[in-house]
Amino acid sequence: MYDVTIIGAGICGASVAYFLSQKNIRLCVIDKETDVSMGTTKANSAIVHAGYDPEPGTLMARLNVRGSEMIERLAPKLSVPYKQIGSLVLAFDERDMQTVRRLYERGIKNNVKGLEILTAEETLSKEPNITKSIKGALYAPTAAIVSPWELCIALCEVAAKNGCEFFLENEVKAIDSGSDCFEIKTNERKIRSRYVINATGVHADSICKMAGSCDFSMLPSKGQYFLLDKSQGDLVRHVLFQCPSEDSKGVLVSPTTAGNLIVGPNAERSNTPEDTSTTRSGLDHVAQIASKTTDKLNYKENVRNFSGLRAVSTREDFIIEPSSFSKRFINVAGIKSPGLSAAPAIAEYVLGLLEDAGLEADCKESFSQGRRHIVFAELSDEEKHKLIKVNPLFGNVICRCNTVTEGEIVQVLRSPLPPRTLDGVKRRAGTGMGRCQGGFCSPRVHEIISRETGIPFEQVELDKKGSYIVANDFSNKSKD
Amino acid sequence: MFEYDLAVIGGGPAGLAAAISAYENGIKSIVVIERDVEPGGILNQCIHHGFGLHRFSQELTGPEYATRFIKRLKETEAVLLTGTMVLKLTSDKRITCVNKSSGLFTIKAKAVILAMGCRERNRGPIGLPGDRGSGIFSAGSAQRYINIDGYMVGKKAVILGSGDIGLIMARRMTLEGAKVLAVAEIMPHSNGLSRNIAQCLDDFGIPLYLSHTVTEVTGKSRLERVVISKVDSDFMPIPGTQKGFECDTLLLSVGLIPENELTREAGVLIDDRTNGAVVYDDMQTETEGIFACGNVLHVHDLVDFVSAESEKAGKNAALYITNECRSHNKDAAIHISNGNGVSYTVPQKFLPSRIEKGLEVYFRVRTKSEKSLIEVRDEKGIVATYKREFLLPAEMEKLVIPKKLLENSKGNLTISIKER
Repeated sequence: MYDVTIIGAGICGASVAYFLSQKNIRLCVIDKETDVSMGTTKANSAIVHAGYDPEPGTLMARLNVRGSEMIERLAPKLSVPYKQIGSLVLAFDERDMQTVRRLYERGIKNNVKGLEILTAEETLSKEPNITKSIKGALYAPTAAIVSPWELCIALCEVAAKNGCEFFLENEVKAIDSGSDCFEIKTNERKIRSRYVINATGVHADSICKMAGSCDFSMLPSKGQYFLLDKSQGDLVRHVLFQCPSEDSKGVLVSPTTAGNLIVGPNAERSNTPEDTSTTRSGLDHVAQIASKTTDKLNYKENVRNFSGLRAVSTREDFIIEPSSFSKRFINVAGIKSPGLSAAPAIAEYVLGLLEDAGLEADCKESFSQGRRHIVFAELSDEEKHKLIKVNPLFGNVICRCNTVTEGEIVQVLRSPLPPRTLDGVKRRAGTGMGRCQGGFCSPRVHEIISRETGIPFEQVELDKKGSYIVANDFSNKSKD
Repeated sequence: MFEYDLAVIGGGPAGLAAAISAYENGIKSIVVIERDVEPGGILNQCIHHGFGLHRFSQELTGPEYATRFIKRLKETEAVLLTGTMVLKLTSDKRITCVNKSSGLFTIKAKAVILAMGCRERNRGPIGLPGDRGSGIFSAGSAQRYINIDGYMVGKKAVILGSGDIGLIMARRMTLEGAKVLAVAEIMPHSNGLSRNIAQCLDDFGIPLYLSHTVTEVTGKSRLERVVISKVDSDFMPIPGTQKGFECDTLLLSVGLIPENELTREAGVLIDDRTNGAVVYDDMQTETEGIFACGNVLHVHDLVDFVSAESEKAGKNAALYITNECRSHNKDAAIHISNGNGVSYTVPQKFLPSRIEKGLEVYFRVRTKSEKSLIEVRDEKGIVATYKREFLLPAEMEKLVIPKKLLENSKGNLTISIKER
């Protein structure tokens, strides 16, 4: 019997797991995918918002500001890429300037620090490559960029190190409510748990319904992106937003923590909670809107397109509350933007709800909170040399675009929550994330995964279950 | 720090030929730096034959072709560092390397030859929309899986792009028992050598769809289906022309990009047309003492030409070192530019005073043409003309402009294509 079971290993589930793993309880996380951070967490704008956007008084407003402060402190402790580069909301006409002033007022009410309204000259001196006809901007110095999947992975790794169990590739099929516990049936096992946290993103309504009734629905909204090569990463220096208008929510242009440039997203209603395909028309639309910010975007240097689903629900605000049928079944739902920014604060809030529902737990005496993660490319020449002398695997560069060594790949394959797929290694070590997108290193990483994990070469998968890479049954040559 | 007269970055066909040639021209202190565990570069996975027709009048496989050069290099005193990655190159010819046995170290050389080759263009730059499941490979990655690792990548394949690697892989997949359903090419002409169209597609009845591109990719885990559509003259898909293929594999053969990250970092001037360095007739870049050759300079069709070009680079690097690294007179250089119908030239500049018999110029045409005239003009008028029966963008052209024609020419040269 578990004290708490978290369904969903995205950024919210991971944050709750991180904080709960500091307590003396039996804790587990279930996810249907082959890895953690596989849903919205791995496909979004990767921004820690300053917090001027949400309506004052909402959970979104409160948890955004608190969460972004927490991420600033957590990131270095967890070796997670994070840079506080600040954001600008660009105004191109007088109506936009009114929006900027409204957002400023809102930010002040939400307690966002350091907000400033900039003139056109001030804006251009901060961002020389943007459209010259700019009128001004809202500057938020506390906005930051982060690697969302690395934050999620790091939180999960620390939780795992502190005793939280992870059951991946476990899809919840049914949840039975008993008088003092829930029984969760997955494709693989039955898990009994006194408390359940439903952190299943775009699936939150269907999971909630398995346990009882649900008074909200999810309306996933798809956003498509371009990721441009590092050669374009210094085109802009801040996260650049446009003013939201009636016909468009605007598209952002921002550097990423890996040094790329991200452009997106659009917003389109998704027909299914699984549809993360990109479309020509969607991407063209993104490019068209982004051209308002700058005409210097070079899409020939595009290395990848992707799309992600926002966990939009039928309610305006985040839904972080006990379900209508049990105080011990807590929904963490409708976590759209600024969900990533708010995640650690959401977890704190959930801990409060668990206490209200009767969970009693003391803190562990020995909570191991840090995480060490070597990134070879970021070391000095001297450090690199020393490291190779200690472990020669760091002298073997596998991913040429991002200079990722065999040592780093082995490091992640021996981490507390080791990946089993090519993309799992990619998210942790950065292999295949460069301009050649794994064209060169994939077969080599594939070999190392097989060697380190013992998974036969032909069974190593790309990412999702069933995403085999080499055809494993080729003895019967097709004759048609 | 290690010091050499010459450092060659890359131990593929270009680097090997350059190093051997430099040695044969009197330079003994040479280091060849190769990131793979063996020299030979991409040739090692090209197990098909057809290499060396021009050079050896023989049809060799890739490994056979490479072996001839590797053997010769091993007879010299040149040092071959394998498993060694160059992290940084500076304009004063310092090279930062790492490998497992020595850690991080610096090499200082009097001259450097860039021979890093190229990489495949992938899904990103062509903006291929759709799902992102497995089963989408660049043709070269698939070739490695099959020829080096010994695993098939799929059973039913569509190939996007008719570059040579794509064509070779169409045949390779077929020979290994897979069914290649279609090769789609966005251009109205193939991007591969004519002989590969005949030997890799026609011989196996594989349909080539010209002016077609992939417009839909379906399959969240593994690829399930690919849709191709005809494109108009602006390369935009024409609605209603979709053709669907149930398949588990999509190979991309959509172009090669010279791998010039080190070059750029060293501040060497790059030509936007070739994505390689700007070079003089001696293969020297605008950064003194740094030479470039092979696919890092411009993408070749035939390794035979890579070897020839690289030997020239090796010889001239040797000459530069023996002449105590004297700089050449850049001010006296004549520029060669691409006129009508020509997409680039290599070299981009030359010094008339040092041309021995003639100036070799490599270039590519923009479109397919028959019975054409290649016209070389200077400021005064026509310097030389050359007749060609066929010109194809996929096949690199070479001219040797005789010294005596250049002696009287005035100003910069332009090469263009005319109808005859």
